[in-house]
Amino acid sequence: MNWLPIMILIPFIFAIFVPLIYKLLTPRIHTGWFVLFVPLTLFIYLLRYIPAIAKGKTIHNTVPWIPSAGINYTTYLDGLGLIFGLLITGVGALVILYSIYYMSKHREALHNFYVYLLLFMGAMLGLVFSDNILVLYVFWELTSISSFLLIAYWSQRKKSRQGALKSMLITIFGGLAMLAGFIMLSMMTNTYSIREMITQVDIMTANSLFLPAMILILIGAFTKSAQFPFSTWLPDAMEAPTPISAYLHSATMVKAGIYLVARFTPVFGGSSEWFWIVSGVGMITLLYGSVNAVKQTDLKALLAYSTISQLGLIMSLLGLGSAAMYFGHGDESTMYAVAVLAAIFHLINHSTFKGSLFMVVGIIDHETGTRDIRKLGGLMHLMPISFTLTIIGSFSMAGLPPFNGFLSKELFFTGVLQAAHLNVFNMETFGMLFPVIAWVASVFTFIYCMILVFKTFTGKYQPKRLEKEAHEAPIGMLIPPIILASLVIAIFFFPNVVSKYLLQPAVVAILPDFAQNGGAHVQISAWHGWNTELFMTIGVVALGVFMFIFLKKWIRIYGIFPQALTLDHLYNQGIEKIESISYRLTNRYMTGSIRDYLVYIFTFMILMLGGAIWLLNGISFDSSNDAPINMYEGGLVAGMVIAACTVLFSKSRMTSLIAVGALGYLVSMLFVIFRAPDLALTQLVVETVTTALFLLCFYHLPELSKNIGRMRFKATNLIVSIGVGMVVTIMALSANGTRLFEPISSYFEDSYELAGAKNIVNAILVDFRGFDTMLEISVLCIAGLGVYTLIKLRLTGRDKE
Amino acid sequence: MFKLILMISLFFLTLSMMVALYRVIKGPSMPDRVQALDTISISLIGGVAICSVLFHTHALLEIILILGILSFVGTIAFARFIERGVVIERKRIK
Repeated sequence: MNWLPIMILIPFIFAIFVPLIYKLLTPRIHTGWFVLFVPLTLFIYLLRYIPAIAKGKTIHNTVPWIPSAGINYTTYLDGLGLIFGLLITGVGALVILYSIYYMSKHREALHNFYVYLLLFMGAMLGLVFSDNILVLYVFWELTSISSFLLIAYWSQRKKSRQGALKSMLITIFGGLAMLAGFIMLSMMTNTYSIREMITQVDIMTANSLFLPAMILILIGAFTKSAQFPFSTWLPDAMEAPTPISAYLHSATMVKAGIYLVARFTPVFGGSSEWFWIVSGVGMITLLYGSVNAVKQTDLKALLAYSTISQLGLIMSLLGLGSAAMYFGHGDESTMYAVAVLAAIFHLINHSTFKGSLFMVVGIIDHETGTRDIRKLGGLMHLMPISFTLTIIGSFSMAGLPPFNGFLSKELFFTGVLQAAHLNVFNMETFGMLFPVIAWVASVFTFIYCMILVFKTFTGKYQPKRLEKEAHEAPIGMLIPPIILASLVIAIFFFPNVVSKYLLQPAVVAILPDFAQNGGAHVQISAWHGWNTELFMTIGVVALGVFMFIFLKKWIRIYGIFPQALTLDHLYNQGIEKIESISYRLTNRYMTGSIRDYLVYIFTFMILMLGGAIWLLNGISFDSSNDAPINMYEGGLVAGMVIAACTVLFSKSRMTSLIAVGALGYLVSMLFVIFRAPDLALTQLVVETVTTALFLLCFYHLPELSKNIGRMRFKATNLIVSIGVGMVVTIMALSANGTRLFEPISSYFEDSYELAGAKNIVNAILVDFRGFDTMLEISVLCIAGLGVYTLIKLRLTGRDKE
Repeated sequence: MFKLILMISLFFLTLSMMVALYRVIKGPSMPDRVQALDTISISLIGGVAICSVLFHTHALLEIILILGILSFVGTIAFARFIERGVVIERKRIK
């Protein structure tokens, strides 16, 4: 029995009990202590799988959910999923530990916080372990929703609500696009399972849905992972509590898109579109994020932009690595597999150092009351541990030894340099751009890392500008970042342990073809000789230091870039424009006048019915079955036409009314001639009553508007009415001309034998089809009651006033 | 022969209805119009009767009755309306 499917659901189950624990034990014990057990248990449980996965095993398990539709809760554990699972649970445990000290148990609504957090954790685990794409989508949306709840945790703040709304709109938009892509995938392959799709890649590449499905799924991945131009939600999501920023917006949720791209590389990789979109967008994001991070004055915003930039880096590496799929087996393919390895490696590294950096920023915020770089400074002696942690994190992020960022940055340079020599996908022309962009972005990365360290911790201490007196944080708050920072260093010194047990199984999962060929045995070494990558790093450091020293001289360049062209501004404008345009559009056609709506309805009717008749050649007149017309009928119809025209052209309403009555009587006479006595009887009575009612209404018209002359002429009305009349006439004649079946009236002719009635009409009304009659009676009842209530209610209403 | 007589009488009935209709449209006063409408409905009764003979059916006889009742009630109602201003008088019990 495999417990994985149940383990994934543990966070959800535990989330049910959190409010109970909170109600019972607050404020004696912080709720977080109980929640901490969940990720810890899961983390230890997942650790047990490492040896098996490293040997190349995969574990899958199916629990039927909707088996008739092929939707099953299938969990699939391989190298890629395991890395993500370990990150989610490991960083999750640390974040919860951190939050115990960060979130006050006296002031905060902790039960909400931990319920949302556990929901998110469960959703994220489900996302990375799902094999069924529709189940994956369910968990995907759950992460969006729980992230929405977490960002708006302090919902009394306006900015929190705005940030939550923005992230929700963008990620849900991407999620829906992804769902469409998934459905296309399942249409192409006839399965919902990713593993089965990978076996059918050859069929899929030929399908015309291949490209749309790819683009839609990539939109989903890009929105979630804050890639350009969907990155604008991530800086605004920094309104969330810092543990959330650290967890969701650096280590887990934003990597869901990365996971998706990695997971679908075996399906889509190897095509030039995938290569160019993924690596191109990744490169743009990398540059965009790093350039924008430099100008931020809020520490969390700086980290948000740096997250965007680093995610772009990982994404572009995945794109470059997909070239390995194109080559299949062989030496060339191994070269590009390095890029995939680098992506996964940097993914782990980024989670460690970015998580610790966010936590440190949270500590600074907690202990000084501000995150503004301009107010901070000189904290080195006051907060020595935080300072050390920031140095470790930032230098790792900048790509300096002896931290793990150095290794993945070197691998990144290797990847882009090799991509520059690629001779497929038009890389000869644009290939050289990759290393250049990567290098420039690295310089900017270096600069903002230096800003993060030196602007906060060195310089002059400004106690007057801080809300609190700065001092070191409690030890409990420092433990999680210390653990992460020690991982940063440990990975630098022992990269091959990580590589062997985690990275290579993940590479095998991303590039399955490649696995049969023996797998990637790339040794990650801290020192690999004087090669181009090292010179590039030295160049980055040199130019970075130079530019950081003269930062004040050139930072004004950012002012040149027009505010109107920032993504944030464009997004806000877009939302505002959409609202105002749709408001104006709705106001334009929803005039509130029934006349206009009737024009729409009738025009639609003419277009639809007339168009259908026209296009489908529906006009067919066949007069062979028609009965001859006699004198009475002709006379009556002529009278009816005269009466109808009198209604239209009369000068007074009274005349129109009488003409309508005359029309009704003429119709009843027509019934007489056509031998329908019951109809004629009813028509006569009803017509009389109706005319009397019209007279009643007429009598009560207000004096002012009583004597309006004839109807005003309107060309639209004329065209529409003539059109409707013509369409209906043509339809009736055509329908009469095409008689497909014999009528069933011969059955009713035996009504005396069947129902004991000589009157067929009445037999049909009360016997054969009595149901209709019953409902008609109820219609009359309702109408009567309605009239009664209308009159009575009006009177009581008047009394109340 | 019989049929021809019926057709001729139908024609004359129609003619009388036309004349009455002229009075309805033209009629200088309200009572003129009401009277003309009453005439028309009587002619209609005749027309329906002739039709039922022509069609050899007695299914149309109810129509004659109902037309008679309706024209009576209608004329009375119009008469009350012209005389008193309302058709049905309200008796308020306080």
